[in-house]
Amino acid sequence: MITAERKPIEEILELIRPYGRILLVGCNECVTVCAAGGRKEVGLLSSALQMASMKEGKVLDVKEMTLERQCDPEYVEELISTIDQVDAVLSMACGCGVQEIARRFKEKPVFPAVNTQFMGASERQGVWAERCQGCGNCILGLTGGICPIARCSKRLLNGPCGGSTAGKCEINPQVDCAWQLIWDRLKALGLERRYEEIMPAKDWRTSRDGGPRRITREDLA
Amino acid sequence: MMTNVMTNVRTNVMKTESTLEKVLAAGQLAVTSECGPPRGAVPEKVIEKANLLKGYVDAINVTDNQTAVVRMSSFAACLLIKQMGLHPILQMVTRDRNRLAMQSDIIGAYSHGINTMLCLSGDHPCFGDHPMAANVYDLDSIQFIQMVKNMRDEGRFFGGDAILNPPKMFIGAAANPFADPFELRVARLAKKVKAGADFIQTQCIYNLAKFEKWMEGVRDRGLDERVSILAGVTPLKSAGMAKYMKNKVPGMDVPDEVITRMSGVPKEKQAEEGIKICVETIERLKQVKGVRGFHIMAIEWEEKVPEIVKKAGLYPRP
Repeated sequence: MITAERKPIEEILELIRPYGRILLVGCNECVTVCAAGGRKEVGLLSSALQMASMKEGKVLDVKEMTLERQCDPEYVEELISTIDQVDAVLSMACGCGVQEIARRFKEKPVFPAVNTQFMGASERQGVWAERCQGCGNCILGLTGGICPIARCSKRLLNGPCGGSTAGKCEINPQVDCAWQLIWDRLKALGLERRYEEIMPAKDWRTSRDGGPRRITREDLA
Repeated sequence: MMTNVMTNVRTNVMKTESTLEKVLAAGQLAVTSECGPPRGAVPEKVIEKANLLKGYVDAINVTDNQTAVVRMSSFAACLLIKQMGLHPILQMVTRDRNRLAMQSDIIGAYSHGINTMLCLSGDHPCFGDHPMAANVYDLDSIQFIQMVKNMRDEGRFFGGDAILNPPKMFIGAAANPFADPFELRVARLAKKVKAGADFIQTQCIYNLAKFEKWMEGVRDRGLDERVSILAGVTPLKSAGMAKYMKNKVPGMDVPDEVITRMSGVPKEKQAEEGIKICVETIERLKQVKGVRGFHIMAIEWEEKVPEIVKKAGLYPRP
């Protein structure tokens, strides 16, 4: 999923300061799963914003909506009935959702209420960790199902570097050494010999380095 | 005519004009040291440090924004050292440059007669003075070695185009026998050798038993015949430094007995003890088959290198 964390309330208040009527829009997808911008978080933020405004002697009108998918024009269209009643939109979706609203409603200011983080997985209750960088040319089949691009701090394709200590990365003992994990998996799979094959330098064109990416499916378009 | 023939014979054997390559090819124990460039436009500091090493080492590593702290560029400092008639080793990390920048710097350096380099990935920016900087890591150190070898032996840029007067670099790489997992450390060296490393400079050695065990693995695979291993040593200035190295420097292995020994002498005698340990380490490493020389990293203590080289019986240099 795409993970996100809510921005500090002070920052959000600053973003919406000039406006009296706000449409606060959540999303039912990833940000709901990572508890950053689903229906529940929309409710909580709405109350917090109204209370904070009241303290400043200001009345803030907040309308709440949570869309099925904010990155999908079909669902964003649902805002049409409400958009004229507000001065600005505050989105709790990831950056894709914020931009979809900006694209659809060209004359309405839209602000992010969350910081979009990374593509990751839940490690345990309340903990998410990065797993994929979307490089556009997946090598997980060569690395025992563990991505060195997303999970090695130096994204080494031929690790581990000289800073791997007791299974942890040199940058932080909380971070697993991706190459220790890869090695452990290769061993478990009986694929140790694969380690010594040099992984060639990556062609980053399939990643963000090739410019903004798009997928066109002729069969669906 | 005779001279030409001789030159040709030598060219056939040698890959480069590197002095380090010549010393190693002659079967002599090589000695290298390093010089960290200054944090400002003070070329006299580079010259001062290099002068301390002059005559005592075969080549001088020049670090590239070591520990991710901004310093004068390795290339610029190498050039100053080259102009003194000494032999710099251009260190380059993949952290700060993509493959375009690395290749242009390599041909630039070679254009000034710099013919030896050390290919590294580099410390992560989080350790340095610009933790907010983007890290590049377009290549890793092994792919970097491959690229430099390809530039030299095939005369091609990474992208495939021919290079006019390809840079003939004698290619170095690092090895840390003390990092985890230990069982991969020989295999990773093998990858660097396969990629094209000509020489290796190791992480500082304090745990001799572990280093010897690693070298055993290296010899078992015949890697010592294919690459020249220079054993890394760093003299300890104090017991405090020993503890710091043990606890704070990732991938560093300082056994307790070294710390006990340093702590066991009065503070004013600790530096002397550190030099003694360093010299003893070199003496013991000379007995390890496959060790072809020493890389003495006297961190901000370059003035002690001559003493270490002399006491370790490595003086005069060829």
